[in-house]
Amino acid sequence: MIKAVIIDDEPLAREVVKEYLLNFPQIQIMQECNDGFEGLKAIQQHQPDIVFLDIQMPKITGFEMLELVENMPAVIFTTAFEEHAIRAFEVHAIDYLLKPFSSDRFDKAVQKWLDHFHTPSANTEALLETAASTPLQSNRVVIKLNGKIKIIPVQDIHYIEAADDYVKIVTAEGSFLKNKTMSFFEKMLDPQQFTRVHRSYILNVNQVTRIDPYEKENHLAILRSGARVLVSKTGYPRLKAALGL
Amino acid sequence: MQSITDSSVHVILLGAAGIVISHNVAYYRPADGKMKFGYVAVVSFALSVLWVCLSRWILVSAFPSELQYINWLNNAIPIHAFVGWMLIASIGFRSQMWYDAADQQESLQRKEATEKIVREAELFKLRQQLQPHFLFNSLNSINALIMLRPKEAREMVLKLSDFLRGSLKREDEQWITLTEELKYLQLYLDIEKVRFGHRLTTNVTQEEGLENVMMPPMLLQPVVENAIKFGLYDTTGDIAISIRSWWQDNMLYIAIQNPFDNELQQPNKGTGFGLSSIQRRLYLLFARQDLLETAANQNIFTTIIKVPQAHDKSSHN
Repeated sequence: MIKAVIIDDEPLAREVVKEYLLNFPQIQIMQECNDGFEGLKAIQQHQPDIVFLDIQMPKITGFEMLELVENMPAVIFTTAFEEHAIRAFEVHAIDYLLKPFSSDRFDKAVQKWLDHFHTPSANTEALLETAASTPLQSNRVVIKLNGKIKIIPVQDIHYIEAADDYVKIVTAEGSFLKNKTMSFFEKMLDPQQFTRVHRSYILNVNQVTRIDPYEKENHLAILRSGARVLVSKTGYPRLKAALGL
Repeated sequence: MQSITDSSVHVILLGAAGIVISHNVAYYRPADGKMKFGYVAVVSFALSVLWVCLSRWILVSAFPSELQYINWLNNAIPIHAFVGWMLIASIGFRSQMWYDAADQQESLQRKEATEKIVREAELFKLRQQLQPHFLFNSLNSINALIMLRPKEAREMVLKLSDFLRGSLKREDEQWITLTEELKYLQLYLDIEKVRFGHRLTTNVTQEEGLENVMMPPMLLQPVVENAIKFGLYDTTGDIAISIRSWWQDNMLYIAIQNPFDNELQQPNKGTGFGLSSIQRRLYLLFARQDLLETAANQNIFTTIIKVPQAHDKSSHN
């Protein structure tokens, strides 16, 4: 048996997927979800093999939800976005269906996935990186905190610190961990506002109040909060450029 | 006989010189600067020399034996030349001024016409922001209903058609009644209700006596779209959208309310919620910046639009 989850905020849109799935009796729908929050829970609970996912949904987008998923299922996007908006994702070989779509088109997408059932969806990470830098979501970061989802507007971030397999996002409210790489954030965040000042630090330049020399060729950026962030030899000119010095 | 011939030759030729300089500046006027007056001075000087020479040649040919007259004519050359130059130059300057003024008027008219076209194009663009996202999602709902509840599918097709027809019709119309606009918005809201099911409730009310109050079409549409967008996409619960209209200070007031998430949005910054295009449109229509008001209270966002009533509605654009 193949397990599926449908996530879409429009009940009728879910009905279409449900109806089209009747052609695939081996696929069983475990749950239908109204938004990304429900979706995330359902994915954790049912560990589906495939997810039919809308992109524009309440609170968090389909992409943002995927960022928080631990065991990534295969994903087929269903969206009414104009084609050009989604073409960027084509390169990642994940299928997407433009609403309204036909039963034939749906069958083709599902059949294609069934034929490659055992290949893991390794490209999803790359897809999420692409998605994160679209205007749809580049102004905020979603994180999971004690089983809840928290949305952090990027301007609230003081700095980001590498922490093994995670990154630590430091804000006035405290720091939060996210299972992403430094380069993910470097790509996603506006370089005018966020500068990679060190191998382990990305800094919100608006938070900097002072820069002091530190040890041999390094510097320390002092933030408004009083926090001190290490600036490397290569990071220093970048920070100066971002501050317009 | 001599004096008549003398004066007619001089006057006719002087007139001709005046016409020549006037035409000349009609077709060519140097740009503002030092040469502006120099050009007319030089041309009129050349014309006055030509005038003196030509009149002298004609008169000498006409009266070859009248030595006394010819002598007098020769003596008068400097005076003739000076007076002629002054007259031709003054005609030249007058013409130059006249044509410059005409030019200026024309360019002003052209500028106004251009501005009007730009403004109309801008208004057209602002009016016409039908979202393809909305259209495709609605079609997708119909696709589902055809199988599930064909009767509702048909209803939805009809509503969508009415809505689309309404938005096409609105492109030609300058002003419509409030009742018409609200009916149109109701269609839009009904379609959204089908899409979002039980999550969305709407409440559209209108003060009595406002049936024939006029307003620009498609002014409320983007505001309601915004209300839906922020209501439906910022919150996960049920949302209620209300549209109220009333008469106050000789203006039509329309208030649109929607819930929003005050953690996700900071509506107090600027006009917020992408309402700048409404602001722009109201400014283009009424040349006033104070016709759009927004307020955020707890998690309810209110947009108020005021529509002044022009005396002559049909000629208002």
